[in-house]
Amino acid sequence: MDKTQLLVGLGVMLFAAGLVGVMVRRNALVMLMCMELMLNGVNLTLVSFAQQTGATEGAVLVFLVFVVAAAEVAIAIPILLLLARARRTLDVEAYADLKG
Amino acid sequence: MTHPLLLIVLLPLAGFLVNGLVGGRAGPRFVSAVGCGLPIAAFAITVKCFLDLSASGAPIVDPVYTWAAFDGHSFEVAFVFDRLAAVMTLIVTGVGSLIHVYSIGYMKDDRGYARYFAYLNVFLFFMLMLVLGKSLLILFVGWEGVGLASYLLIGFWFEDAAKARAGKKAFITNRVGDAGFLLGMFVLYQAVGTLDMGTINAAFASATPPAVSATLVGILLFIGATGKSAQIPLHVWLPDAMAGPTPVSALIHAATMVTAGVYMTARMSAIYLAAPEASQVIAVVGVATAFFAATIAVVQTDIKKVLAYSTISQLGLMFVAIGVGAYGVAIFHLYTHAFFKACLFLGAGSVIHALGGEQDIRKMGGLARRIPITFVTFAVATAAIAGIPPLAGFFSKDEILWFALASDRGGSTALFAAASVTALLTAFYMFRLLWLTFFGASRMDAKTEHHVHESPPSMTGVLVVLAIGSAIGGFVAIPHYLEPLLPLPAVQSAMAHLEHPVVYMSVALGFIGLAAAAYFFGGAAKRAAGLRARFAGLHRVLSGKYFVDEAYDALLARPLTWISERVFLGLGDRMLLDGTLHGLTGFARRTAGVLARVQTGNLQFYLFLAVLGLVAALGWSWQHG
Repeated sequence: MDKTQLLVGLGVMLFAAGLVGVMVRRNALVMLMCMELMLNGVNLTLVSFAQQTGATEGAVLVFLVFVVAAAEVAIAIPILLLLARARRTLDVEAYADLKG
Repeated sequence: MTHPLLLIVLLPLAGFLVNGLVGGRAGPRFVSAVGCGLPIAAFAITVKCFLDLSASGAPIVDPVYTWAAFDGHSFEVAFVFDRLAAVMTLIVTGVGSLIHVYSIGYMKDDRGYARYFAYLNVFLFFMLMLVLGKSLLILFVGWEGVGLASYLLIGFWFEDAAKARAGKKAFITNRVGDAGFLLGMFVLYQAVGTLDMGTINAAFASATPPAVSATLVGILLFIGATGKSAQIPLHVWLPDAMAGPTPVSALIHAATMVTAGVYMTARMSAIYLAAPEASQVIAVVGVATAFFAATIAVVQTDIKKVLAYSTISQLGLMFVAIGVGAYGVAIFHLYTHAFFKACLFLGAGSVIHALGGEQDIRKMGGLARRIPITFVTFAVATAAIAGIPPLAGFFSKDEILWFALASDRGGSTALFAAASVTALLTAFYMFRLLWLTFFGASRMDAKTEHHVHESPPSMTGVLVVLAIGSAIGGFVAIPHYLEPLLPLPAVQSAMAHLEHPVVYMSVALGFIGLAAAAYFFGGAAKRAAGLRARFAGLHRVLSGKYFVDEAYDALLARPLTWISERVFLGLGDRMLLDGTLHGLTGFARRTAGVLARVQTGNLQFYLFLAVLGLVAALGWSWQHG
């Protein structure tokens, strides 16, 4: 099995693990971490393909994803903090105010 | 002073602005100084203009600025001070200033003291605009403005719903008349191409009059006058207007504003000279109003209502004079009426003040000794309006009676007879009022009795000045003074020999009225009661004011309410507009109800849907890639 296949396979697994985590876990903080996991799976895939083909666009795109992920965390963590303070829980089931 | 007339008009406006903006915080002394000082200053300038006018003989014209100009037409804001305007301006600023001074005492303890003076000043501003305006347009601006001021002052104590309603009634009734006035102005503008009153008069007096029916224009303008001057059929607002403070009744609803219709018709006299039919209508409406209002005044028991109907009646007599072409005489009666009716109203105010708010003459009596100055001035004014010589009312009323009989522009025996009966009734109901208020035994309760006191000098002083005016004002020959502007009609030769008998009869009418009132109300109370019992039906009709209000209510107000509620509100608003909107919102609500089930509030479920969508999109692009 060649190295790229291995790395892409690892990326897919990371992404799948993240996705499953987001979909099944109830803890908002854990969900956030799982989202990071998904982003990193994507990053890994991007870097692997960039290595293989020698194109730099893939590597540049990774930095873009980092910036977005950092910004997302910078906003999401305070929101979660406020939510946790207001509701005394991190269970997303409790945040159902917009239920129709 | 390059713009003396503009200054006269603007001084009261300045008073309005100052008192309206800062008067509430500045204290009553400041408010009185501004509120009375500026009208007095305006009066002083008017006197100076009057002297200039007398010296030069030429009318003072004061063009201020061009309001609008297009297609070769222009609307000028301009004022003119000729003999007619001089008489009116002197009355408005002179009597107006006196009533301002009187108000200091009368309104002393009122919470809205500054507001009151601000309104009174703005009234004066618009009234001066009305009498000084050179074109019908400026006159109309003033005309509407005094209506506004009247509305504000009738409803001055607006916490009382009945008083606020009276203000609305006055305003709305006046709108009916204003519609006629506006139409008249439109027709005139189309025919003559200008609204300048001098030009219009000259056009109608010239050999080639404008191509428009003078009768039509005359009637339309007169409809406006019936509204403002409370003539049948638009007289209903004036008695209700007594809800305002008494000085307001004296200034606006007796001495000045209600005479605006008389002034306007006299000002447009050339139209009426060219329209004998319109003049006839005016004479008939005038005499009918005078007679019916006088009969109502005989049975009224509210001191101010008696005076209100008396005002309507006297205005009717002025219109009789207008109708028979004696415009100068109408202005003469307007002038004397301003004195004695202002004096009567202010005297009534003094009585009400003395009794702590009591207005019912059945609960008065015996006040002559208790408030002597008020009594004497009231008696002088009563004698003046009743036409007792040589007081002011005698001269003007006598001239109206004479021209109603002998004018060759529609004078007739029937007109004369009706006007004479009115004069008799006037003397009767006025002396009845005098007797019930000031003579006989007191009918007050103990508390009111104890409260009785003469008014402060600022009020009695004004009463004395006005009483002197009512006494000697008749010696000023206003019709003669106005003759260059408003020539008197010729006398029918067949009637010429009756001039002296008319004078004798006019004097006799005054004294008969006095004697009758003294007999019925001076003696035992059962005489008046017997009279009332004998004509019980008539008494009911008169007390009900001929049920005009009720008729208007049944014929106009109720059908309008019905249409508004059933058709416009029920069908149009509720069913058509609301129905459409409610249908739309109902649809949106039901749809949303169905879609809202998707919003479970479960984050994982949303994610699942998102992933599902993503997979579907990927699958689709796989298929079609």
